[in-house]
Amino acid sequence: MDFKDIIAKLPYSEPFLFVDEILQADENGITGTYTFREDLDFYKGHFKNNPVTPGVILTETMAQIGMVCLGIYLVGNDLQKETVVAFTSADMQFLKPVYPNEKVTVTSQKTFFRFGKLKCDVVMKNEAGQEVCKGIVAGMITTKL
Amino acid sequence: MNKDELIAKLKTIIKPYTTNTDAYDNLTEETDFINDLNINSANLVDIILDIEEAFDIVIDNPEMERMLDVKSAVEIIETKLASK
Repeated sequence: MDFKDIIAKLPYSEPFLFVDEILQADENGITGTYTFREDLDFYKGHFKNNPVTPGVILTETMAQIGMVCLGIYLVGNDLQKETVVAFTSADMQFLKPVYPNEKVTVTSQKTFFRFGKLKCDVVMKNEAGQEVCKGIVAGMITTKL
Repeated sequence: MNKDELIAKLKTIIKPYTTNTDAYDNLTEETDFINDLNINSANLVDIILDIEEAFDIVIDNPEMERMLDVKSAVEIIETKLASK
């Protein structure tokens, strides 16, 4: 599958799409990037006069690249119009702050993908190569819940 | 392993995934994972993977789709163990 096709098949759009580019994908994992533009709406309020990317947004970015994009790649041609993605769990550590205009790279390693559940170990690094966030995400990628 | 032992082993596997302690404490063969124990589909997958590990068996998709209550889980595990 062309990596651009993965992004086209994502069920998200602005302002809730947190994937810019997929760099690599195979049966075992995926790597992708996203840049947190300074005009993203949540920076106005998180925090007042001190914009820092919220942990929930980092978690969402990890899930979109590391779990949903990988899931779309793994499901491949079996992806149907009825296919739904449900984010079912996250266990995250936030190691460093991520500021506006930072570009992050998310790398995900599949733990398992069975019976529609995809579970992954995910790491997010900043442009300096430092780990900013890491954890475990899981979701159901299925035509029925 | 007799059926009571099998259910006891199954019960320890289920414990971390249920939030309904009443239904868990009073678990019988008729107990339904989703409706009685409030287990969602994602945690049901975890339970089935834990069952595979604990009993050293492999569950396939059609079997997984049938494993919605204690009774059918026990039947499937017993069949798998007997064919080993």
